[in-house]
Amino acid sequence: MIRDQGLVSKIWRYAVWAVAGLFILNLVGVIAAVVVNSFATRWLGTWLPIGLTTKWYFSAWKEFQLSSVVFVTFQIVFTVVLISGVLGVTAAYALARRDFPGKRLVVLLFLLPLLIPPLTYGIPLATVLYQLGLGGSFWGVVLINLVPSLPFVVLVMIPFIEQIDPRIEAAARVFGAGTGSLFLRILLPLLLPGMLAALLLVLVRTIAMFELTFLIAGPTSQTLVVSLYYAVFASGVRAGQSIDAMAVIYMVTTLFWLILALQFVNPSQIVARAKQQPAS
Amino acid sequence: MSTPSLRTRLAARGLDGTTLLVLPGLAVMLGLFIYPFVYGLADSVMPKEGPWYANYVAFFSDPFQYRTIASTLWLALPVTIVNLAFAVPIAFRVRLMSRQRLLTTILVLPITLGTVFVADGLLTFLGPQGWFNRVLVLIGLLDAPVKLTNNYWGVFASLVITGFPFAFLLTLSYVTGIDPAIEQAAATLGANARQRFTKVFLPLLVPGLAVTFCLAFVQAFAVFPSAVLLGAPAGPTRVISIAAYQAAFEQYDHSLGTAIAMIMGAVELIVVLAVLGARSMFYRGPTGGTKG
Repeated sequence: MIRDQGLVSKIWRYAVWAVAGLFILNLVGVIAAVVVNSFATRWLGTWLPIGLTTKWYFSAWKEFQLSSVVFVTFQIVFTVVLISGVLGVTAAYALARRDFPGKRLVVLLFLLPLLIPPLTYGIPLATVLYQLGLGGSFWGVVLINLVPSLPFVVLVMIPFIEQIDPRIEAAARVFGAGTGSLFLRILLPLLLPGMLAALLLVLVRTIAMFELTFLIAGPTSQTLVVSLYYAVFASGVRAGQSIDAMAVIYMVTTLFWLILALQFVNPSQIVARAKQQPAS
Repeated sequence: MSTPSLRTRLAARGLDGTTLLVLPGLAVMLGLFIYPFVYGLADSVMPKEGPWYANYVAFFSDPFQYRTIASTLWLALPVTIVNLAFAVPIAFRVRLMSRQRLLTTILVLPITLGTVFVADGLLTFLGPQGWFNRVLVLIGLLDAPVKLTNNYWGVFASLVITGFPFAFLLTLSYVTGIDPAIEQAAATLGANARQRFTKVFLPLLVPGLAVTFCLAFVQAFAVFPSAVLLGAPAGPTRVISIAAYQAAFEQYDHSLGTAIAMIMGAVELIVVLAVLGARSMFYRGPTGGTKG
């Protein structure tokens, strides 16, 4: 690496780091403000709250009926992960292994939902689902969440499957493996790391997916993030600390899965397919 | 010589049992994405009353509605430019770091926590008694706290908090994809830091930056929860997604709602195509230094 030693480049270097530091400071401040407020007895016009308490967690858990909301959230999220995992991995396998007429069109179809704002396809889709009688139901929320998560699994898995040598499968065939044992004993173990990464990322994204769930969720099919939105929207009805306690509960559930996901993936994979290859 | 069977001929074109595995996923996408889209397009030209274009006329003749396009762009374009302008120099610094993992992990937090959580946090953090105002008053930059929530700047701040890390992580993955040998070659030939950036890196980065701009813009353009919670949803931050939502789910006019959703998609597509069109005027080629 080349490092310039001049004064100007030194000032420039410090300026860039200062901006980056300032951003992180503000980011930490935003998250800390929520956490501190959720433990505050009273926090008005001072740097820190007067006293600390955990009572808001109990009141938030009761007021917002969080035990059922958390349960429903995980039911929805795991169903979405399961369906998009099964359909996504099989579709990605076909797209990675075969070249067929119209393949580019199919890949484009899987790319589009990630490029179009969720509300643009969410509103027509929600209208269709309401007319089918699925509005406000568990399956309505699951179906609308499949639209961004299925393509995400496909696009993460295609390069992962492409780098598995097809000769391994051919060799297994030569030694007499049937389709079933080929899949169970050869492909599944090889695919597992990629699948785990893709599915954990879908999990994190679905927990945080607000716009689409919001369009279709009813009182019994709300996820945590939608409940949080309604609570913040109607703030003033309930104590701010209670809302922030709920936000912390939401944060903990998201971070748990995020930390688990980060064991398998690079953080930048959450926004994009990993393009980093060490330059040779 | 007999002609090969249909099965063999299909397999030669890449159609066999394995190809069929794409069908279930394809069916879901056709049913949940293409069909509703076509349905929505048809629905939008079948208004409750009036001729087929009545919804579009209703949108473009009511200033309360058509101004949402301008107010959305007025938020999304500056935010995207600011995020990208900060992301590029910082990515160039971070590229030289050996341990990027901690930094990228911190930056991925706001993306995974989402806009609703960030909006809730910013309401406290940027509020008149929040830490942000208190620090600025303490160090003497301000005489009195300024109002930063429930207006344009609240939404702007939330889009920076979630959008900057997104733009940064994408830019970083493009920047690290450029072979460092190219920079060393330029330095050997006597290019200084500024020349290396403008003459070597920038042309190589333009395609990646164009894609980053588009993806970051799509996110900012779709702003919804923070515009309601942190902004003034009846005034300057009444963005187009609020207009679409209100029409479809508060006035129960799904025909008008889908029409606005289609207009939203069209405006976004115009910006994205403009950016990608401008990109094609720049250098396109390998960013690796090695052959092949």
